[in-house]
Amino acid sequence: MIRLEKRPQPSQAWTTFSPLLAVFLTMVVGGLLFGMLGASPFEAIRTIFWDPLFHPNFAAYSRPQLLVKAGPLILIAIGLSIGFKAGIWNIGAEGQYIMGAICGAGAGLAFYPSESPLIFPLMLLAGLAGGWAWAMIPAVLKTRLGTNEILVSLMLVYVAETILASAASGFLRNPEGMGFPGSRNFKEWGAAHNGELIANTGMHWGVVAAFIAVIAAYVFLSRHIQGFNVRLTGEAPRAARFAGVNPTRVVLFCLGLSGALAGAAGMFEATGPAGQISIDFNAGYGFTAIIVAFLGRLNPIGILLAGLLMALTYIGGELAQLMLSLPGAAIQLFQGMLLFFLLATDVFTNYRIRLSRKEAA
Amino acid sequence: MDLSSINPVLLVASIMVSATPILLAAMGEMVVEKSGVLNLGVEGMMITGAVVGFAVAVNTTSPMLGFVAAAIAGAALSLAFGFLTQFLLSNQVATGLGLTLAGLGLSALIGKPYEGMKSPTLPKLDIPVLGDLPVLGKMVFSHDIMVYFSLALVVAVWAFLKHTRAGLILRAVGESHDSAHALGYKVVRVRLIAILFGGACSGLGGAYLSLVRVPQWTEGMTAGAGWIALAIVVFASWRAGRVLIGAYLFGGVTVLQLNLQAAGANVPVALLSASPYLITILVLVVISARGNHGAPAALGRPFHASH
Repeated sequence: MIRLEKRPQPSQAWTTFSPLLAVFLTMVVGGLLFGMLGASPFEAIRTIFWDPLFHPNFAAYSRPQLLVKAGPLILIAIGLSIGFKAGIWNIGAEGQYIMGAICGAGAGLAFYPSESPLIFPLMLLAGLAGGWAWAMIPAVLKTRLGTNEILVSLMLVYVAETILASAASGFLRNPEGMGFPGSRNFKEWGAAHNGELIANTGMHWGVVAAFIAVIAAYVFLSRHIQGFNVRLTGEAPRAARFAGVNPTRVVLFCLGLSGALAGAAGMFEATGPAGQISIDFNAGYGFTAIIVAFLGRLNPIGILLAGLLMALTYIGGELAQLMLSLPGAAIQLFQGMLLFFLLATDVFTNYRIRLSRKEAA
Repeated sequence: MDLSSINPVLLVASIMVSATPILLAAMGEMVVEKSGVLNLGVEGMMITGAVVGFAVAVNTTSPMLGFVAAAIAGAALSLAFGFLTQFLLSNQVATGLGLTLAGLGLSALIGKPYEGMKSPTLPKLDIPVLGDLPVLGKMVFSHDIMVYFSLALVVAVWAFLKHTRAGLILRAVGESHDSAHALGYKVVRVRLIAILFGGACSGLGGAYLSLVRVPQWTEGMTAGAGWIALAIVVFASWRAGRVLIGAYLFGGVTVLQLNLQAAGANVPVALLSASPYLITILVLVVISARGNHGAPAALGRPFHASH
C-alpha cells in the first residue's frame, strides 16, 4: 500500500521541480479541456505559450505586453509572499490595488493641468499610501481585536469596488468627458503619464518597481534580521515569541507592505497601460497575484519567473480567444488549475512516497 | 424619500428568500469546520452550483433536477479540495483559495451560452391552512420548498451534532484529530464526508441564487455571498441556531439596502451597495472583540497519521 513518509527536511530538488511538474500537468489537462471546447489541444497550448513570443505576426504586439502584464503581478505577489511566509493571509490585494489607483490618480488630478515634474512622484506616494491605508484596516483589526484578516481584507475588495464605481462616475469623472464615466485620460497629460520608458518593450515605471521589489525582497528575506523574523513567525510562531519577535509588528509590517505595493501597482496601471480610472480598469491582478506568489514558491526569484509565466497565459489566452475563439473564461480556469496542481505536487516536497506491505502490528 | 413604499409583509418575505442561499452555504461550511477543516472555497462551489443548477434546469425544464445537479457539482468540486488537503496534505487556506479561483473560471466557462436566458423557477408552495393566515400566511408560509428545506437543515444539523453518536465523532475529530485517531476513528474519512456535505450545501445555495433569487445567470453573480457565509460561521460561534440568525440578519441588510435604494433614500448609493460587506466586517469585529469564541481546536490543522 502507498504511504506518505514525512521528510526530515523539505526536498530542495522537489521545491524547484514541483512548479514545473504542475505547469506540465496543467498543460495536459488544459489541452484536454480545450479539446473538449472544440480546439486542437496542441494548437491551443502553442497559441497560449509559444505564439505570444514567437508568432511572426502577433509577437511584435504581444511581446511588450508580457512586461506590462507581469509588472503588476510581480509587484503585488512580492508583497503578498512576505505576508504568506509569516502566515498572514492578505487576500484583499485587489482592493488595495484599486484604492492605490484611486488615491494616486486623485492626488494627481487635484493639480491638473500642472506640468510640474513633481506630479508623478506625488501620485506614486499617494498610491502607496492608499494601498497601505486600505491594508491597515485588516491589520489594525487583527492586532487590536484578533479579527480574521482573510475575511476582512476580502470584504474590503467589494467595498473598494463600490468606491471605484462612484469615483469613476462621480468625484474623479472627467469634467470634459461629456458625462461618460471614467477619469481624465492620463495618456494625454505628460506629467502624470506612466509611459513606456524604452519604446516597444512594455517597460514602464511599474515594471522597474517590480524588478526593484524582487531584488529588495531577496535581500530582505535572506540578509535582514526583520526578514528572518518574518520567516520565523511563519515557521515556528512559538520560537519567534521566545526570540522576542513582536507579532503585532510583523502583522502590521506584512499587511502594510503588501498593501503599499499593491497600491503602487494600481497607480502604475491606472496612469500607464489602463490610462484612466474607469469602472472596470482592475483586471483581477490582485487575485491572480496569489497564484503567482504560490507558483513562485514565495521566493522572489521564483515569483519573477511565475509572474512572467502568468502574464504569458493572459496574453496567450487573449490570442486564443481571437484565433481559436476559445472563451476568455477558459484561461481563468487554466490559471486556477495551475494553482491546484501546484498544491497537489507540493506533497513531494515535504513527503516521500513509500510502497510498503502492511506490517504486522 | 418615501418609506411608506416599503411593504413590511413583502419585506420579511423577501428577507427569507435572500437569506436562504447564504444559510445553505453557511450550514454546510459549519459542519466542515466542525470537523476541523477550513474550506475557503465556498464562493467557488456556490458559483459552480449556481451555473450547473441553472444549466440543468434550463435544459430539463425541471428546477428540482437543477438543484440536485448543483449539489452534485458542489460536492464534486469539494472532493478535489478534500483529496488535496486530506491525502496530499496541502495547505487548506491556499487550496480553498485555489478552489474559489478555479470555480469562478469554471462557472464563467460553463455559463457563457446561458447568459440572458430565463430558467424555470420553483413554484411557491400552497400550504393549506397556514398559507391562508392573514399576514403571516404571505410573510412566512407561502415560499418555495427550498426555504423550508434550509430551515429543516438547520434543525437537522443541530440535532445531528448535538444528539447523535456520529455527530459526536465529527466534533471529536474537529477538536483533536490525534485523540480521535487514537480512539480508532477514521479522521480522514469523517473529514471527507463533511467536506462533501459542505460542497453539496454550497452548490444548493448557489443554485437557489440563480434559480429563485435572481433568477438568471450572470458571471460572478454570487458577488461574495460565499465569503459572507464563511463570516457568518465565525459570527455564529459554530452553532447551528446562530448561523440561522446570522443568515437572516444579512438577508435583512441586503433586502433593506435594496429597498432603500429603490425608495430613493438620502444616502449615497455606494454606501448602500457596500453595506452588506461593511456590516460583515463590523460583525466580525464585534465578535472577535468578545474574545474566545469556540472555534474547533483542530480547525485548519493538517492531519497525518504517522503511525
